Amino acid sequence: MILSKPSSLLRSTRLDADPLTARALGALAVGAVLLLALVLGFLAREAAPVLTPHGLARFVASDGWFPLEQRLGLLPMVWATLAAALGALLLAAPLGLGVAVFVCFYADAATARALRLLLALLAGIPSVVFGLWGLTVLVPLIARWQPPGASLLAATLILALMVVPTVALTSASALAAVPQPLLRGAAALGLSPVGSILGVALPAARSGIVGGLVLATARALGETMAVLMVAGNVVQTPGSVFDPVRVLTANIALEMAYATGEHRAALFASGLLLGVLVLALAAAAARMPRGGAGVQ
Amino acid sequence: MFSSGTSPSPRRWRDAAFAGAVCGATALLVLALGWILWDVVRHGVAHLSWDYLSGEPRNSGRAGGIAPILISTLAVLLVALLSAVPLGVGTAVWLVEFGSRHRGTQAGVRLALDALAGVPSIVFGLFGSAFFSVFLGLGFSILSGGLTLACMILPIVIRTSEAGLSALPADWRPSAAALGLSRTSALRHLLLPAAAPAIMAGVMLGVGRATAETAALIFTSGYVDRMPGSLLDSGRTLAVHIYDLAMNVAGGDRAAYAAACVLVVLIVLIDVLSSALAQGWMARKMSPP
Repeated sequence: MILSKPSSLLRSTRLDADPLTARALGALAVGAVLLLALVLGFLAREAAPVLTPHGLARFVASDGWFPLEQRLGLLPMVWATLAAALGALLLAAPLGLGVAVFVCFYADAATARALRLLLALLAGIPSVVFGLWGLTVLVPLIARWQPPGASLLAATLILALMVVPTVALTSASALAAVPQPLLRGAAALGLSPVGSILGVALPAARSGIVGGLVLATARALGETMAVLMVAGNVVQTPGSVFDPVRVLTANIALEMAYATGEHRAALFASGLLLGVLVLALAAAAARMPRGGAGVQ
Repeated sequence: MFSSGTSPSPRRWRDAAFAGAVCGATALLVLALGWILWDVVRHGVAHLSWDYLSGEPRNSGRAGGIAPILISTLAVLLVALLSAVPLGVGTAVWLVEFGSRHRGTQAGVRLALDALAGVPSIVFGLFGSAFFSVFLGLGFSILSGGLTLACMILPIVIRTSEAGLSALPADWRPSAAALGLSRTSALRHLLLPAAAPAIMAGVMLGVGRATAETAALIFTSGYVDRMPGSLLDSGRTLAVHIYDLAMNVAGGDRAAYAAACVLVVLIVLIDVLSSALAQGWMARKMSPP
């Protein structure tokens, strides 16, 4: 600095500062990419002891999860994870779509605004609060009907409640983005409101809705605390919705505290599996064609 | 009707059934949310008092207060923000203002951010425990918990800051250049201040997500419910406290609901603040400068 007391505007207006700024900020941006590599790399590093052909075979070959006896069968927990997530999606999809249609086509402006706020509130409730409520209200209710209560059903219901806002908010914004002329055209052709919702608006918003469903599935697969608190955590392939089950995320949370050696490596490998599964879903959602399929 | 074979009467039935289903779905959702909130408030408020907010937990948290837990929560959040916000805002600025000359890198960064945003929180917990706690030797500490959360909220901060910056009028940049401002000073004196409310709204979104988080913290910042003495002490956050009371402490349900009530109120406040910021920003954008 040549000037002894330059104003900050003058000082920073030196044009030769720009390449420096660009380089420094570029380094930060590359840091974000490196962070992803670091996360995946560290998981792989910690999982390395079981990431051998023999080790991977044990995940599927063994019939049970008895880490202290070197039996590391992940399949029962994989089935439980998929059952809970898909069950939640089956419940949340019609409910969320219904709410989205109500917000976009039936509610007046004030009601729609209130519902959006409500959905945002529901989306913001911490998973541990859902877990607490499920544990103290939902599980006893199910137990009165079909003991023990802590079950795949409880996990599915809680997960469904947690992902409904995702489905509803993404579907509502996809429906709101449907071009007005399309809807007016449908009305001009004599379609009833319901006909134009089912026949025009929903198909036109299809890609956005499917994207939201994929996001909701990813969220349900990755959810830990709420499921851990209500699912009962018995490692078994679910035979009915009333069976207590343990999902992959809950297994990590339950056993990480004391796992050592191959057991710990297996937990990291299941974390890596979850991460890759969710990333594949996110990539699928990102590749979803923008704009309505089949609508010109 | 030429195109439709249905006579008006079954169609009216169908319309009514559809409207009923849609209203029913909405009512069901509102009822479910109301049920949960009602239970949280009903069980929680009875336990709440000034002593609860300012006292130390006794008897594994069944009695006493949550003061050390609030302090730990705040400390974890501060660590997360202080590391995620500079990194996030810097990355967003690069993506919007400088990245267009490096399309490939720009696309790569965006892809990596989308991927990071999708990683489940328990997986961040595994990473944080292996990297921050063991590899870097930070142990169970507020620092390693906060840094883990920083990784988690980084994509949110970047995405919203990016949106805020790209929403600024495009002709501001050539105008600033015409006035002889370098891009760096245009950023410092014009673009960043103008986008600040949007960036703050994104930061508050990240804060909300971080406050709600449990799974990423149980192996990084840990369970210790004493008042933390330094950032290298383990500290139990509010969400972890609820989990521990509900799962590991017999008879801890009431205290868990009280903590849940505090947590939900905090989250709602953060939510309101964030949307107020975003709205104020929209209003300013709409009005002519």
